[in-house]
Amino acid sequence: MRVSSVFIFILAGGVTVAQHAYTAGDIEDGALLYRNTCVACHGPDGNLVAGVDLAHGKFKRAANDDQAVAIIRNGIPGTLMPPATITEFQAGTIVAYLHSIGTAGAASSALTGDATRGKAIFEGKGGCMSCHRIRGQGTRLGPDLSDIGAYRRAPEIERSILDPDAEVLPQNRSVRLVAKDGTIITGRLMNEDTFNVMILDSKERLMAFSKPDLREFTFLDKSPMPSFKDKLSAQELADVVVYLSSLKGVEVK
Amino acid sequence: MKRALFVLFSIGSCASAQVTFDRILNAAKEPQNWLTYSGAFGSQRHSSLAQITPANVKNLELQWIYQTRSLEKFEATPLVVDGVMYTVQPPNDVMALDATTGRVFWIYTYNPSPESRPCCGRVNRGLAILGDTLFMGTIDAHLIAIDAKTGRPIWNREVAKAASGYALTHAPLIVKDKVIVGTAGGEFGIRGFIAAYDANTGKEVWRFHNIPEPGEPGHETWKNDGWMHGGGSVWVTGSYDQDSNLTYWGIGNPGPDWNGDPRPGDNLYTDSVVALDADTGKLKWFYQFSPHDEFDYDSVQVPVLADMQWKGQRRKVMLWANRNGLFYVLDRTTGEFLQGKPFVEVNWMNGFDEKGRPMRVPGKVPSREGTLISPGNQGGTNWYSPSYSARTGLFYIPTWGDYTSIYTKNDAEYEEGKNYGGGRPRATVTLARAPLNLRKDGEGFGAIRAMDPKTGERKWEFKMADVTDAGILTTDSDLLFSGGREGFFYALDARNGNLLWKTTLGGPVQSGPITYSVNGRQYVSVNAGSSLFVFALRQ
Repeated sequence: MRVSSVFIFILAGGVTVAQHAYTAGDIEDGALLYRNTCVACHGPDGNLVAGVDLAHGKFKRAANDDQAVAIIRNGIPGTLMPPATITEFQAGTIVAYLHSIGTAGAASSALTGDATRGKAIFEGKGGCMSCHRIRGQGTRLGPDLSDIGAYRRAPEIERSILDPDAEVLPQNRSVRLVAKDGTIITGRLMNEDTFNVMILDSKERLMAFSKPDLREFTFLDKSPMPSFKDKLSAQELADVVVYLSSLKGVEVK
Repeated sequence: MKRALFVLFSIGSCASAQVTFDRILNAAKEPQNWLTYSGAFGSQRHSSLAQITPANVKNLELQWIYQTRSLEKFEATPLVVDGVMYTVQPPNDVMALDATTGRVFWIYTYNPSPESRPCCGRVNRGLAILGDTLFMGTIDAHLIAIDAKTGRPIWNREVAKAASGYALTHAPLIVKDKVIVGTAGGEFGIRGFIAAYDANTGKEVWRFHNIPEPGEPGHETWKNDGWMHGGGSVWVTGSYDQDSNLTYWGIGNPGPDWNGDPRPGDNLYTDSVVALDADTGKLKWFYQFSPHDEFDYDSVQVPVLADMQWKGQRRKVMLWANRNGLFYVLDRTTGEFLQGKPFVEVNWMNGFDEKGRPMRVPGKVPSREGTLISPGNQGGTNWYSPSYSARTGLFYIPTWGDYTSIYTKNDAEYEEGKNYGGGRPRATVTLARAPLNLRKDGEGFGAIRAMDPKTGERKWEFKMADVTDAGILTTDSDLLFSGGREGFFYALDARNGNLLWKTTLGGPVQSGPITYSVNGRQYVSVNAGSSLFVFALRQ
């Protein structure tokens, strides 16, 4: 994919922000920080706040990267922008990440997609509901996508559809358990501690296991999701990406 | 196919079917679970589990603790469904825990609006479940449906305006395909209501006005436009009777609390129990415990439903120990007043007329200089869950004895979102738990009082030095579990009140205990301080 390769090129090439050079790893850290700290208000593309487009250098108050870093750390008194308790370097990684997505642009396929068609593919031909859940419909074996559009950019959603193994977030990890009697159980990991493993099993049951009762406990490295690279046309892919990008979570009625 | 990874076998005894309405109706048939706030629709907070007995209760041992992140009062009653416990840490974080270890499956964190202003703590008393969906009311007056498997929100409905003082603090009640809640906020001049929402969509299906508007029956009991800010809150879960399809709810005090001048009349349906058709919300009957209340005597108690021999015939009754100090027996099909007897000292009334209306004692009203009233402002009991055991035939009440307040009356002006009290009650017993107790006899104490509903007489009493905000659980082995502000959690013999076991949990018990079992082992759970404690017999 053209877009994906541009994205990777930028990560590999690094970005310079305010005299610091940020490596691809730094930018990944910045992406994580952005998702945890900023995305709820600014949106996955950085353009949810009126008059602000973080990925394209459009700020209300910051004239340069240094000022952007200062605003991230100090917030803007009297507005909804709170201070973030992170280091100057960490704030710099966020700005570097924003530069990287600005350069990468939007997913080409998303430009021509249709959300209604995408929904029909998601629920029909794609068979996505057999693992995913949206607003109470579908199953819970894979991630709930009700608010995926609020947290993930279209190119990221596209990449996950084409290459599900590329990134599996910790909250979406699967595990394989073997009981002492040889029974094999897999499911989504809900929680783990020194003595217990807690999963949502393949029948969507919350189940807890005591580790001494298990013969094996292993993380599954690969995503259980198949790639849809050869299963969807470019148009269908675009439709699904636009549909998923439109999902912003539960509305208050 | 990678999906084949998910085609698997199951182990363990975890039968995790959906919680259908039929299961809730028949909750007594699955005592291993705790499916509603009060355990079953009759709200007796009684369990048929009997592994823990008067003989072996001394072998109870702590199994696990869950410490919340909040210092707020921990008033929630958990639900337990097939080995998974669901509860709420204040203000509105829902948690799914393994019921045998206390380990967390998931936490759903909800951040209530800064406009929320519950009068008496950022508290939550629990959840309801239907199918695979949990329902929570929030202190900013939203009703939220949450996936019980993953903790993901499904829908979020604004029930009322938080900025006007509305809040939801009680566990919702499921009836058929509906979720029923009532609004708190009786200290803010709200106009309370009870409403039912479609469990699938969150769409409002019906609404009952606790304070009738012009044209509705009962409106004539409000003069001077007092109805517009008449209070009538709801903050404890109601009950449901399948035979009559009625849902019963206790309604709170009129506003302003302590000055009745702006609201001449009986002020229906404040301080009443209302029986509503569960499909339509239409009023079938009501009984008003405290007409024209000026003592903050919310009738916010759990309606306890029982079937018993009454003067030679089988009757479907409702047992109600009211904040106003009186223990009532009503016919729950018709609302007929059958009996009312004081269970603590009462000086504001001195009997009932033939229709069951209390006869007031002249002069016993709030005044500018202050008037001493029994029971005091927090009542002879309050929202703390009572229990009824059909085995002993006794009704158990968490009680404040020898407790009085001096009621002073002030002017009250309504301003949206502001306190609308109109007075100030003073009492020796403080509202919050004091670290030290220096009271002497006659200044207030706590007790479990066991009452015979057939006579209204007290059978026994277990007395505590400090007062109690704890609910009561009874079991088929004739055990009674409760606690109090001192931080003790204890088991009594339900037949005679003898103390059989006690432990100290280091914080006040401000919720009702429950019991459940997993893999054949019985557990007892209670909140104390800001933690949840679970006990079982030593193995």
